Amino acid sequence: MADALGIAAVRPRRAAPRGERLGTSLTLGVVTTFLGIVVVLPIAALVWQSKGQGAHGFWSVVSSPEAVAALELTLGAAVVVALINGVLGTITAWVLVRDSFPGRSLVNAVIDLPFALPTIVAGLTLLALYGPSSPVGVDVAFTRAAVVLALLFVTLPFVVRTVQPVLHELDVEMEEAARSLGAREPTVFRRIVLPNLLPGILSGVALALARAVGEIGAVVIISGNNPYRTEVASVFVMNRIESGDPAGAAAVAVVLLCIAFAILLAIGGLRFLLTRHERA
Amino acid sequence: MIRRIALLLVLAGALAASCAAAARSSGTTLNLVAYSTPKPVMSVLIGAYQKTAAGKGVSFTQSYGPSGAQARAIAAGQPADIAFLSTGLDVDTLVDAGLVAANWGHLPYGGIAADSQVVFVVRPGNPKHIGTWSDLIKPGVQVVTPNPFSSGSAKWNILAAYGAMRKAGKTDKQAVGYLKQLFQHVVSQDSSGANAMTTFLSGKGDVVITYESEAIAARETGANIQFVVPNPTMLIQLPMVPLKSSPNYAKATQFIQWLHTTAAQEMLARGGYQPVEKAALQRYRSKFLPKGRMLFRITDKLFGGWRQANKTWFDPNTGRMVAIERSVGGPGG
Repeated sequence: MADALGIAAVRPRRAAPRGERLGTSLTLGVVTTFLGIVVVLPIAALVWQSKGQGAHGFWSVVSSPEAVAALELTLGAAVVVALINGVLGTITAWVLVRDSFPGRSLVNAVIDLPFALPTIVAGLTLLALYGPSSPVGVDVAFTRAAVVLALLFVTLPFVVRTVQPVLHELDVEMEEAARSLGAREPTVFRRIVLPNLLPGILSGVALALARAVGEIGAVVIISGNNPYRTEVASVFVMNRIESGDPAGAAAVAVVLLCIAFAILLAIGGLRFLLTRHERA
Repeated sequence: MIRRIALLLVLAGALAASCAAAARSSGTTLNLVAYSTPKPVMSVLIGAYQKTAAGKGVSFTQSYGPSGAQARAIAAGQPADIAFLSTGLDVDTLVDAGLVAANWGHLPYGGIAADSQVVFVVRPGNPKHIGTWSDLIKPGVQVVTPNPFSSGSAKWNILAAYGAMRKAGKTDKQAVGYLKQLFQHVVSQDSSGANAMTTFLSGKGDVVITYESEAIAARETGANIQFVVPNPTMLIQLPMVPLKSSPNYAKATQFIQWLHTTAAQEMLARGGYQPVEKAALQRYRSKFLPKGRMLFRITDKLFGGWRQANKTWFDPNTGRMVAIERSVGGPGG
């Protein structure tokens, strides 16, 4: 999991001396307690709540056509958003690191703004800009395209920020060596740059995907929430809560978490395979 | 380090205690927890109440938000002395939590602070000539109404549409058929009545179904809209109840009593709400209830009160709206 999120665990290469080992067990304890309180306990409580109606109740909510449609839309949109981010985020990072142009640091600062904006405000802004009274003549509101647009807005920084530091560290001499040996630009990119960036890109894609799966604020206003058409899973969950069915809400949330976890594990595995030469 | 933290804790505790003491010493504070939209009119009313003999020295904290969420927050422990909610259903949430007397319907005026009715908000000049329920399903008409599984406002709208059909002599099957047709014209099912209005004001749709009080409030804030009242339509009853768990129960009841005086009800009328008190209603009748307007209520035997109506229509697993939504957008729909 940590690997999937790009927080590569630093493994000790040698047995630590006694004093250090005490420090390790202390920090390990702190981390475990911290993760326990912040992540594991709430998720355990969620799973516990989802059992409220028994296995049959769980299944009847999760397999209802409306829930299935919402889950499909959410995952589909999240995957599309993650892929777009993988490509455009990498290009953005490339431009920010390799090209110098006036206002570069300003653009660099703008990248993080979607994180600072309350997402409900983002939703309202997108509706004003790409809705029925769009000043730019683009009206995608209340369609599935609007869901993707809103998710792109809130996930933009992830890939950019995970690829940027790798690009900074990347040795330009490697590329020059390849060129001096006669490699053309596409080959240099494919054989030298991309393999180095890929772990970073995958980390960013995983983060973007996880965020997109759970987003509600930016989506709830611009999607129109029409069941079977534009209702995402988070809105479905909210509706269940509002209808006095917290167990049903938790059931769908648990399924969403499981699928997201599986995808994150898969990305983590892929990343592991790609970086195995570094550990060899 | 630890000593410093301990000192800070002691200081913080002392500060909190002195604040609490200060709050106690300066008279009663009533916590009003209300649904999203009555804020403007409630500020006027509270200001007026504090000028009366009974209201002297009574201060208010006010919280506004989606009605269902507010009811759940109170049930979960948010301090509240008075609840002002958008459906009786949300009051029943408080009854189930043991915070409101089960017989709140026997309070003066049935526990209702003010009324409103289900109306159609349309574009200036009403270009699609929308005036009746059947106009909503004319070809090309786009309707905005919130999602009935998250919004109390949506529940009023749907029951109003069904009731209007039945009152016009349609059978149950025909009325449900009408709802299916209506939902084929629905272009957005926002999470709340307020969000539905936002969607409509952003330019989407030809009509948004909402409370008359919301329509008036939107117009007051400068929105370029007009509204028509279909006939028949549903009477919206907005309950305000004291919390029996409240240490200020008597003061809370006193405020609600004052709210039912002619003077207070006229303030509500000027804020766009239909008075429940006779003299005030008489004075504002032409504004809200022109001759020939037919209104039906949630207590009508068509619905059987909120609990039954909610179970029949809006149960997230078995409600009639689940089937209607499915027939419109679902597989094979």
